[in-house]
Amino acid sequence: MTSADSNTPAAAPAAGIERFSPLHQAHVDAGASFTDFAGWQMPVRYSSDLAEHHAVRNQAGLFDLSHMAEILVDGPDAATYLDYALAGKLSVIELWQAKYSLLLAENGGIIDDLVVYRLDETRFLVVANAGNRFAAFDALLARAVDFDVAVLDQSDDYALIAVQGPNALAILDATAGVTDLGADLHFMKYYRITDGSFRGHPLLVARTGYTGEDGFELYLAADQARELWHALLSAGADQGLVLAGLASRDTLRLEAGMPLYGHELTLTTFPAQAGLGKVVNLKKENDFVGRAASEAGPEAGASVLVGLIAAGKRAGRAEYAIFRSLDAEAPDGVITSGALSPTLGYPIAMAYVTPDLARLGTEVYVDVRGTRLPATVTSLPFYKRVE
Amino acid sequence: MTDTSTLHYTAEHEWVLVEGSIATVGITAYAAEKLGDVVFVELPEVGSTIAGGTVVGEIESTKSVGELFAPVNGTVTATNDQVVESPELVNSDPFGAGWLIKVEFETLPTLLTFTEYSALIGE
Repeated sequence: MTSADSNTPAAAPAAGIERFSPLHQAHVDAGASFTDFAGWQMPVRYSSDLAEHHAVRNQAGLFDLSHMAEILVDGPDAATYLDYALAGKLSVIELWQAKYSLLLAENGGIIDDLVVYRLDETRFLVVANAGNRFAAFDALLARAVDFDVAVLDQSDDYALIAVQGPNALAILDATAGVTDLGADLHFMKYYRITDGSFRGHPLLVARTGYTGEDGFELYLAADQARELWHALLSAGADQGLVLAGLASRDTLRLEAGMPLYGHELTLTTFPAQAGLGKVVNLKKENDFVGRAASEAGPEAGASVLVGLIAAGKRAGRAEYAIFRSLDAEAPDGVITSGALSPTLGYPIAMAYVTPDLARLGTEVYVDVRGTRLPATVTSLPFYKRVE
Repeated sequence: MTDTSTLHYTAEHEWVLVEGSIATVGITAYAAEKLGDVVFVELPEVGSTIAGGTVVGEIESTKSVGELFAPVNGTVTATNDQVVESPELVNSDPFGAGWLIKVEFETLPTLLTFTEYSALIGE
C-alpha cells in the first residue's frame, strides 16, 4: 500500500463531489440502492433492509465499509503519542490487540470515536468514521508535533470489508486466497487482529464489528477489494451470506446499543454523558488532550444517554422530544437514534434525558409527530448475542 | 397486474386509480423503494372527511417516515386492513395489494399523467 507524504494534512475534497468505493461496480451489478454517507455513495440496501438485518443476526452479512478512514501511526513514540492524543491508554494494549477509544477536544467533547489496532510495538492503525476523516486526521496530526511519529492518512489506499454474523468464521475459513494468517481464527478472541495474505497481497483480519454479532473486518489494498468480495460471496453461498447495506448496519448497531457519531456522540457531548466514562482513562500518568475538562466533568444536571423501549409499532426517531408527562410543556430529553427493532419487534431508541429520568424503569413520553406515546427507560444494549 | 400507465399520479409519489366517483390511492413503487421496508402503516378512519393536500396517514419504514397525502377532497369509504396487518405489501405489491385507501370524491383535481410522473422521477 502506498502512503501519503508523512505528516502532511490531506486536502478536504470540494463539497458536492461524490466519492465511490472501490467496490462500487459490484454494488451496481448487485442492484443496490445508494445513499450519500459523508460524501460517499454507499449501498443503503440491496433488496430488503429487514432481510439483511435478519441475515446478520441468523447467518451472515457482507458489508462494504471502504468509506471508513484508516490512519497509520508509525514511529518510536507511537504508543506514548497515542496516550497523549486519545482518551485511552493505548500504550498498554498488546500486539495484535484492538481497543475502542475516543479522540477528545480540549473542552472534553468528542471529535470522533475510533478503533485502534496495534500492528507492531511502534505501529498502530487508527480507524475513524468517514464523516470525521479530516477532523480526526487534522487533530491527530496537530497532536504529533512533539513526538517522533509519522501520522499518515491511508484511507484512499484501503478497502474495508466486514463479514458479520454467526457464520462469519466458517465463511472466512472457506474463503479461497486467504493465506498466511498470523493467528488461528478459531482461537482469535474478539477485539484482536492478525495479518495475512489475500492472493499474495497484504491483508489484515480483525475480529471486530458494529452489529452486535461475531464477525470480522478485513483491511486490504483497494485494488484487491473486488477479488476478495467475490471470494467471500462464493465461500458464503451455502452459509446464508447476503449483501448488507448501511440501513441494516444502523438497525443492527442500534439494537446492540452502539453509539453513532453525530447522533449519540458529538463535539458537545462528554463521554461520561454517553456512558463512555470508562473509555477516558483518568488514571493515566500523562497529560492528554481533554484531560482537564474530563476531570471537571460535564456540568451538573447534564443529560445522560439511556435506552428506551415502547409498545406498539410507532417508533420514536432521531430528534423527537422526550417529555416527563403527558402535559409537561418543556421537553426533558431528545432521541438520538430510534427504530422499530427488527429483531425484537418493538420500538427501541437511544435518548439523552435529564438525570432524574435516567433511572431504569422510569416512564417517559416520546412526542411522535404530535402524539405523546409512553416509553420506558431500559438498560443498553437492547440485544445481546448468546455466546 | 395493474396497468400503471392508466393511473393518475401526484408529486407526493402517490398513485390514484379512478373508477366512477371512487379514487383508490397508494404509493408508487418509486416511493416504496425510497422508503425501504415498510413496517407500519397508519390510515384514516373509514367515513372521515379528508381535504386534498393534507396529511391523512403515515407510512413508516425502518429508516424513515413517509406521509400519506389526500390527493382529493372527499370521504374515506375503505381502508386496506391487510396492509395495516402486513405493511410489507406496500413494498411487494405497491400498485396492487399494497393499496391504502379508497375515497369518494365529487371533483377530481388535476393530477399527473403516467408520462408526467415518469418524467418527474427521471424514468
